[in-house]
Amino acid sequence: MNKVKQKDLILYSSLIILGLAAPYLFSAFKVQLTYLCVLIVLAMTWNLQGGEMGYNTFGNILFYGLGMYLTASVQVGMFFPLAEWTESGGEKTFVHTTAQYFQGIGVGLLVSAIVPAIVAGAIGYAILGLRGHYFAICTLGLGIAAGEIAGGIEIIGAGQGFTTPPFPAEIVDTEARGKFFYFLSFALLIGTFIFVKYIYGSRFRLILNAIRDNEDKAEAMGIQTMKYKIVGWMCSAFFCGLAGGIMGGLIGYIDSTDVAFDGREMGVFMVLMAILGGKGTLWGPVIGATLFHFFKEGLWTLILGWQYVALGVLIVVIVVYFPEGLMGWLREKYPERFGEVIDEKDRKAQVELK
Amino acid sequence: MDFLIFKAPMLMVQASLDGILLGILFALIAYGMALQWGVMNIINIAQGDLVILGGYIAYTMYLAGIHPAWGVIVSPIIMFFVGWALYKLVINKVVDRDLFISILATFGIAIVFQQLMNFIFGADVVVAQSEYGTTMLFDNSVTLPNSKIFSAFISVLYAVALVIYMKKSRLGRAIRATAQNARAAKILGVDTEKVYAATFGINAALCGIAGALISITLTLHPYVGLPYTVRSFMIVIVAGLGNLPAVAVSGMGLGLFEEFADYILGTEFRIGAVFMLLVFILVYRRFKLSKKREYLK
Repeated sequence: MNKVKQKDLILYSSLIILGLAAPYLFSAFKVQLTYLCVLIVLAMTWNLQGGEMGYNTFGNILFYGLGMYLTASVQVGMFFPLAEWTESGGEKTFVHTTAQYFQGIGVGLLVSAIVPAIVAGAIGYAILGLRGHYFAICTLGLGIAAGEIAGGIEIIGAGQGFTTPPFPAEIVDTEARGKFFYFLSFALLIGTFIFVKYIYGSRFRLILNAIRDNEDKAEAMGIQTMKYKIVGWMCSAFFCGLAGGIMGGLIGYIDSTDVAFDGREMGVFMVLMAILGGKGTLWGPVIGATLFHFFKEGLWTLILGWQYVALGVLIVVIVVYFPEGLMGWLREKYPERFGEVIDEKDRKAQVELK
Repeated sequence: MDFLIFKAPMLMVQASLDGILLGILFALIAYGMALQWGVMNIINIAQGDLVILGGYIAYTMYLAGIHPAWGVIVSPIIMFFVGWALYKLVINKVVDRDLFISILATFGIAIVFQQLMNFIFGADVVVAQSEYGTTMLFDNSVTLPNSKIFSAFISVLYAVALVIYMKKSRLGRAIRATAQNARAAKILGVDTEKVYAATFGINAALCGIAGALISITLTLHPYVGLPYTVRSFMIVIVAGLGNLPAVAVSGMGLGLFEEFADYILGTEFRIGAVFMLLVFILVYRRFKLSKKREYLK
């Protein structure tokens, strides 16, 4: 047991050191690395619903977009009139000082974590009562409706978009902006990983799995399934909101349907990454997101213009041929490494039956 | 209430007529969805994109100088084979699987279709001019494009023809048998694989007709497919599978809702209202069923 822990310790500490050193080692790819952190966070939180709870949601994009708009709105609204900011397109008339910028983004991220969680709790009772594909379609509708509605609201920029406050000009270091957002997202990644790992070792996960495997039986066993489903969704919303807030600051421009409530890209990516890596595992979404990101960044510049066709084909191929994902495949190949013991007699009996 | 529509009663007549005529078109798409859902147990997210593709076929004919109304004959024929090919390529691998797999797989197909249409036809909003003129009613206060009347008429015609075909023909009986019990049908000698392919083809053909009609009554754009999928999904869950009169009525209801939402909330919230209605319908059904400790299946 002790030996296993030591191995874990080496793994985690080397990963953290790699993460901390990454912006210095790969200085040119800071934005990509930030994206990667956010993608991993989104895939891990999606996995809590889709993988552990069996509720395949397309709606986590709702919290992501909400977090994005909230962070930017708070950051601007704390110091300047929001309506005038969005009307003038931002930076020309109002300028954040350095202190204002960091105060704003700090408070904004706090709000963007708490409010989506509250929203998830509020709508959870109604939405999580749906099951299976009805839940999937309902959340899909919710995400797209949010984008359409946000595109009609004047105070957050409506269709013309919302420019988030630019990074304070007083900080002359050109690397500072990239580093700031990278470390912010890396901190979020570590926080999410610790949280999800904690959940994986807890009774909460067993309950979520029970809901996935048979909700009626879980209920019959005396588990208040609705309560746990809502709490699970709120946890996801919390981290998705934070991820959205960071991405809003990084991209610097929020469009209602193309950046914030981007069901066509981000909303599908998170599902795809979790499935690619293997849903229902701790490391699956991490590996899936990393692979997907490398694939996307490496390939998309080569096939410019055709990337969505490639994405669509990729979705079909992954979903149809690898529904268990990479971890599922590994698990089938090396069951011992996952702590599964196969009874040799049993296996032989199965073979004979075939 | 300071809405224009409540001040001018004629606008209400206008919205109602528009809504009903539009709703009949939605019902046609929903009928295709109900057909494949009932028979193959898959939810096709690419439904709306098949519609748009059918519309672009009619639009291409219009560009070539042929009257786009002929699209209602040509487009379903082409779309039938598109549907057949799609079934052979992808759908046959997801038929017996989890519904979520079919949702995701068809989502992928939808993205491919959107992007290919964007390449081929461009990202502009296009419309095929039918030049049917307009009918004026009630002292010229209500205008009704004749193309809308034409499209509703054609939709009803095709729907009736399909119902008769499903009742009388051999393939129709095979489809209905497969829907009831695929395994039993297989044992009794029905080639279910062929039935599935034909069902998906018929669904695509219905989408083709609807698309051709949309190309002359509304507008086409590569990325507007999803709202049509959601509309047909909504109609199907309200009406139930295989209940054609209910599909027609709820289609018209949806059309009415949309036209009124357009006037009351403003055009920019129209699509948002459709998606919110979907959420409300699902949540309403969920609460209604949970009283009996049941859930949507």
